[in-house]
Amino acid sequence: MPLRRKQTDWQSLGFTAATGLMTASIVAMVVIILGNIAWNGAAQMSLRFIFGGTKEGMFDAAQAGVFPMIFGTVALVMLMTICVLPVGVITAIYLSEYARSTSAVTRVIRGAINNLAGVPSIVFGLFGLGFFVQFVGGSIDKVFCGGQLHYGKPALVWAAATMAVLTLPVVIVAAEEALRAVPKGLREASMALGATKLETILKIVLPQALPGVITGAILAVGRGAGEVAPIMFTGAAYYLAHLPSHLSDQFMNLGYHVFVLSTQSPDIERTKPILFGTVLVLLLLTFLLNSAGVIVRGRIRARARQAHG
Amino acid sequence: MDNTIGKPIVEISGLNFWYGPKQALFGINLAIQPNRTTAFIGPSGCGKSTLLRCLNRMNDLNDEQRIEGTITMHGMNIRHPDVDVIELRKRVGMVFQKSNPFPKSIFDNVAYGLRIQGSKKNHLEDRVESSLRRAALWEEVKDRLQESALSLSGGQQQRLCIARTIAVEPDVVLMDEPCSALDPTATAKIEELIQDLKRYYTIIIVTHNMQQATRCSDFTGFFYLGRLVEFDSTNRIFTNPANKQTEDYITGRFG
Repeated sequence: MPLRRKQTDWQSLGFTAATGLMTASIVAMVVIILGNIAWNGAAQMSLRFIFGGTKEGMFDAAQAGVFPMIFGTVALVMLMTICVLPVGVITAIYLSEYARSTSAVTRVIRGAINNLAGVPSIVFGLFGLGFFVQFVGGSIDKVFCGGQLHYGKPALVWAAATMAVLTLPVVIVAAEEALRAVPKGLREASMALGATKLETILKIVLPQALPGVITGAILAVGRGAGEVAPIMFTGAAYYLAHLPSHLSDQFMNLGYHVFVLSTQSPDIERTKPILFGTVLVLLLLTFLLNSAGVIVRGRIRARARQAHG
Repeated sequence: MDNTIGKPIVEISGLNFWYGPKQALFGINLAIQPNRTTAFIGPSGCGKSTLLRCLNRMNDLNDEQRIEGTITMHGMNIRHPDVDVIELRKRVGMVFQKSNPFPKSIFDNVAYGLRIQGSKKNHLEDRVESSLRRAALWEEVKDRLQESALSLSGGQQQRLCIARTIAVEPDVVLMDEPCSALDPTATAKIEELIQDLKRYYTIIIVTHNMQQATRCSDFTGFFYLGRLVEFDSTNRIFTNPANKQTEDYITGRFG
């Protein structure tokens, strides 16, 4: 019997073409967005723009600068990281090392984390205002400041705390995955040598999981640098004459500034270049912060591989 | 070799063990002689590793386990609620099937258990060296103690794990198929080592390899389906077993 001649498989061809097309359209969208920002924002880039303030004219492309916003964004992100890492890592340790995966409590905690990740960011903003600013801040003022207003108002520290709550699920999930990836054999080896569970976690498991924890921090920073809604009511300011010098000060922020520029400008044509410039700075800053995280993670991995010290 | 029965270091009596609803060990009675090597043999799933892990209470880490019966060490019941399990694990060391050095330097691996116990720094270096010497690894690693343990070969890693275990000076060393992932040369080295080590420690080794049991053990227990079928001197088990099942297993008719 002669072999049948090869037939064109239209179904496979069509499917391959469709997947390729979809992928290409996503790449195209990213290229268009980034290209547009880079193209239009590049013209605005100058040392004066990056290191200048807004005193001379907030909406005037020839005079405006974004340094206070860069400062505020970096301060916010740093403070947020300081807040979110301990809470996230300790929660992840509880979930991966102590909690019984089948118990009702564990399921409730996991449900809470998943729901936290699904809450719209504006809700975090309102929560931050109600809980951190009014309740926590207000209480601090009542107890420690004799009723004077210091912490019971929007402030850098409350914005960072709110942002930390928002990014908590990301950190917990990344840290827990990293902890679980540490081989059981290492834990057993440690326990068999007479180490307690706590010693095993601190000396063996956590150091091994550190790169994964940093991955979580990187994701959180990326998210925290760009979110606007959570800080609108909790600490970001429309305009400030001075850089924040205290945790209870308000701050300016790149993301919030983009919102301000695009909704409050009296002359949108003259403001447009600043808008593009600010967005480009925000993207570059996020990239820079992420790169710093990636470098730190790389160092830790390299050190773990060489195992000096 | 003097295989007369003296005062045992570990005595197991009436031991039953369950993983959840499944019973893994049935009424085990066994006495382990000090400074001898005892081998546990038997087909996969016969409970020999489970029994081994009862001896340093590694099974405690498993939530679903249930255990009955007594295990005494130096006449003391190790299952008593007052027994400090951390202390027990320092006295009963364990070498695992898959070599599992910490991703730290060779030195830090051996020093780990000592540091946990709070050894002084100058004391530490001596102990690390003597442990590596006893594990027949010192000559190969003495110039690279600060290098990662993961840079060692499989056989060297397993000897490092032995060094790490004996560094805390246990009385008993449990070995759970320590050579199953090693090539014949590395296996021969470990077996030689086991011969040396029994001068200082009581060794209990789980093995699938019957030649290994004959080569390096003084006593052998044959396990089948969670029961200890026969326990005797290795020589007797392999030349003149009392039980038909034992004979079938060691002659390769099943298992």
